[in-house]
Amino acid sequence: MPTVLLKVNRKEYHLQVAPWVSLLDALREHLNFTGTKKGCDHGQCGACTVICDGKRILSCLTLAVMKNDSEITTIEGVANETELHPLQQAFIDHDAFQCGYCTPGQICSAIGLLKEGKAKTREEVKELMSGNLCRCGANVGIIDAIMEVKGAANE
Amino acid sequence: MNNFDYTKPLSVEEATHLIDQNDKAMFIAGGTNIVDLWKYNLSQPDALIDISALNKSEAVIPLENGTLRLNASATNAETAYHPLIEKNYPLLSKAILAGASAQIRNMATNGGNLLQRTRCYYFYDADVPCNKKIPGSGCPAKDGYNRMHAILGTSEECIAVFPSDMCVALSALNAVVNIEDKNGKRSIPFADFHRLPGNTPEIDNDLKKGEIITSIDLPPIHFTDHYSYLKLRDRHSYAFALVSVATAFKLDNDQLSDVRIALGGVAHQPWRVKEAELYLEGKLANETSFSAAADIILQEAKGFKYNNFKIELAKRAIVRNGLMALHPETQLPGAQPSA
Repeated sequence: MPTVLLKVNRKEYHLQVAPWVSLLDALREHLNFTGTKKGCDHGQCGACTVICDGKRILSCLTLAVMKNDSEITTIEGVANETELHPLQQAFIDHDAFQCGYCTPGQICSAIGLLKEGKAKTREEVKELMSGNLCRCGANVGIIDAIMEVKGAANE
Repeated sequence: MNNFDYTKPLSVEEATHLIDQNDKAMFIAGGTNIVDLWKYNLSQPDALIDISALNKSEAVIPLENGTLRLNASATNAETAYHPLIEKNYPLLSKAILAGASAQIRNMATNGGNLLQRTRCYYFYDADVPCNKKIPGSGCPAKDGYNRMHAILGTSEECIAVFPSDMCVALSALNAVVNIEDKNGKRSIPFADFHRLPGNTPEIDNDLKKGEIITSIDLPPIHFTDHYSYLKLRDRHSYAFALVSVATAFKLDNDQLSDVRIALGGVAHQPWRVKEAELYLEGKLANETSFSAAADIILQEAKGFKYNNFKIELAKRAIVRNGLMALHPETQLPGAQPSA
């Protein structure tokens, strides 16, 4: 079985995983980072979004073995020791969730979106967040939260 | 879902050698389609050959003759946001960004975009017949729920559509696909790459077993003033096209020249009709001209029970997008109609 080095949330893990194990299953089942959620498992919902080498990707359609030596950030790794990530706080402030199942993916996706720096307007934020579905319909709060953090970052 | 081996060659030579040794091996790069197909038992490789790291140096490479070469293993996002693509091929950038989601575009490669399979519901359901999936098993889409399906170039055996947005722009731009196998290299004009279903719908394109797409070339004709990509779908974003249109042209004294119109979501390949483009040469860029061209493009169209609406939708989309191409800066995000 191949050995894969994954650097998850700033810590190194040497994992023995079969080639067909998705990054999502490696994170959840092998490393117990269960914050990353399995929604559709087919790349349609965005619940499994993580940040890999600085880019937001879908961990359900990624084979862990293909991410050897990569740096992964999951929802467990976005806050620092003392305070929440600004997006985490903004999601609370704006009621940007109900059941919370899509939230880890939404926040990781939004972190990727802010880093990409391509979304200028609210319409562009909506378009570039379209890969994350919210079944509860908290989308207005989600976009509000992102706009607030984006605005603060631009000031 | 079957088990499979995994290898990661370091060169195109090694990759083509490896695939030649195993009939059931497949290449993987972004994985966004093949991993999904594997989960549905629609793809059952016994080995995956990871070509994601080959030629990873530059996303796009300007050649001396003015051609811009897209690296096959660059991601869709790297390509769409590359300064040379945004500056000289904005139609391609728009089309890529109309497809999938930001996460998928960060993963999916240019080569893989050309090779994605149809999203026909019957193809995607392992338990129902489909000539593309199991040749000779029949086509339930013809008499079934065929809202997403083709209206041009269909056959008795298959009415699936090719789902790419990027390829609609590549078609309009007369791109060229560069290919290698263990015996050497060849290039295929974009128009000849994807094929019609005919009586062998299981074959999507002209790529042969053992061949690998290494790059895609864009000819040095830049449509920077008049271009537009319009995508019409069942929700505003993150859905496959019912109809999409890539339009580009030059204007000299209000007269159209070098017109390109390619349709997506209507056939087994991006759809272009030379006769309509030639008809528009020298015409004024207005509703009357584009409407006449739309009639030419759709004259052979044949709808099915649930997708007849696509014929009129495509005609109107061609007219709308022709007018939008006069003012590309007015388009809303997500390849939606201009306000």
